[in-house]
Amino acid sequence: MCLAIPARVTVVEGDKAKVDFGEGVLREVNVSLVEPKVGDYVLVHAGYAIEKMDEKDALETLALWDEILAKN
Amino acid sequence: MSEKLRYRDPDLAKNIAQKIHKITPEKRTIKFCHVCGTHEWTITHYGLRSLLPDNLEVIAGPGCPVCIVPAAEIDEAVQVAKKGVVVTCFGDVLRVPGSQASLLEAKAEGADVRVVYSVTDAVEMAKGEPGREFVFFAVGFETTAPSTAVEVLKPPPTNLSFLVSHRLIPPAMELLLGVGDLQIDGFIAPGHVSAIIGLKPYELFPKVYRMPTVVAGFEPIDVLMAIYMMLKQLSAGLPSLENEYMRIVKPEGNPKALEAMAKAFEVTAGNWRGIGRLPDSALTLRKEFESFDAHKKFGVSVEQGKDILLGCECHLVIIGKIKPSQCPMFMKACTPEKPVGACMVSNEGTCRVWSRATIS
Repeated sequence: MCLAIPARVTVVEGDKAKVDFGEGVLREVNVSLVEPKVGDYVLVHAGYAIEKMDEKDALETLALWDEILAKN
Repeated sequence: MSEKLRYRDPDLAKNIAQKIHKITPEKRTIKFCHVCGTHEWTITHYGLRSLLPDNLEVIAGPGCPVCIVPAAEIDEAVQVAKKGVVVTCFGDVLRVPGSQASLLEAKAEGADVRVVYSVTDAVEMAKGEPGREFVFFAVGFETTAPSTAVEVLKPPPTNLSFLVSHRLIPPAMELLLGVGDLQIDGFIAPGHVSAIIGLKPYELFPKVYRMPTVVAGFEPIDVLMAIYMMLKQLSAGLPSLENEYMRIVKPEGNPKALEAMAKAFEVTAGNWRGIGRLPDSALTLRKEFESFDAHKKFGVSVEQGKDILLGCECHLVIIGKIKPSQCPMFMKACTPEKPVGACMVSNEGTCRVWSRATIS
């Protein structure tokens, strides 16, 4: 039940935002815990965005993997 | 290759698996434990266990918040529903067995039980029907608790109250270390719980218990990396806390979510189905919000329920002591269509995850 799905923020109205889960699946979620801007990606769990995701963080993960795998 | 594909790259998976084989000590069994139903889904769905050496086991701990809700708390929700109150809950809570009945059975007998996607839906329903009483049955770990907290603090409409069954994961992890013959060698910590609580609550595992602990994401490469990182810690003899899921989990967690939880709830002892009472493992509404506590509002309190039915071995599956396939009822008397135990009900329950993967 701790499943959380990434979505792109398309409209922000106060605590609420319309997010796109991909392929046009839109839903209104509460974003008061992360306060994203339009275009940001957020991780949504049970109707609430619980964290923001950005490209820099994603690239850092890939860099971390490379680093760990390179060190033997 | 896009990032998403990289997280599922089969060549990368093979590369990590080779390194895992190379570094795994041959002379003894290594046992890593995760505590998240979504991790179990990733491991089972992608067949990750088949990539690991025979003497490296990954077991599932109490990672399904629906499975560990004690029967007494289901009984309370059923009692409230039978008083004519609308009970709202997440979909996978509906069929969790109570001592006599599940919420679904109560609904079949005429109670108004409604499935919601979010606590916000319960708020909207209550606002839409001000003449009726509504209850939100708040189940979930730290990932879910902040959303309940935010609605409690708003405050909610006066015709909405809460049965709070939120539980906290680190105390359950600590319990597993005390189970004599479980002998865990490392923890895969749950990524989305950690997005809220950050890294600090896990610090005691390497420090006090010398237990390698890696917070991991939910793609197959995330889980394989976490396993490899723990093996490296074991081989160096330096248990530590590492964050593999740094694209989501910040060391401090989500401060806004933590603040909302601290304002709305106090940490108390709580019962876990199949485990018993754990200190400092449950969230309870603070005194200033007791007018939103459905226990008080509707006078329901069930001390003891019937958690495990005769023959069901959920209590051993929940702590990772046996695999679902070792339960004599698994896929015989207990199936997803007709679950006997709570672990077969939720999509995150270990038995339910295994039922879809035809593992023997």
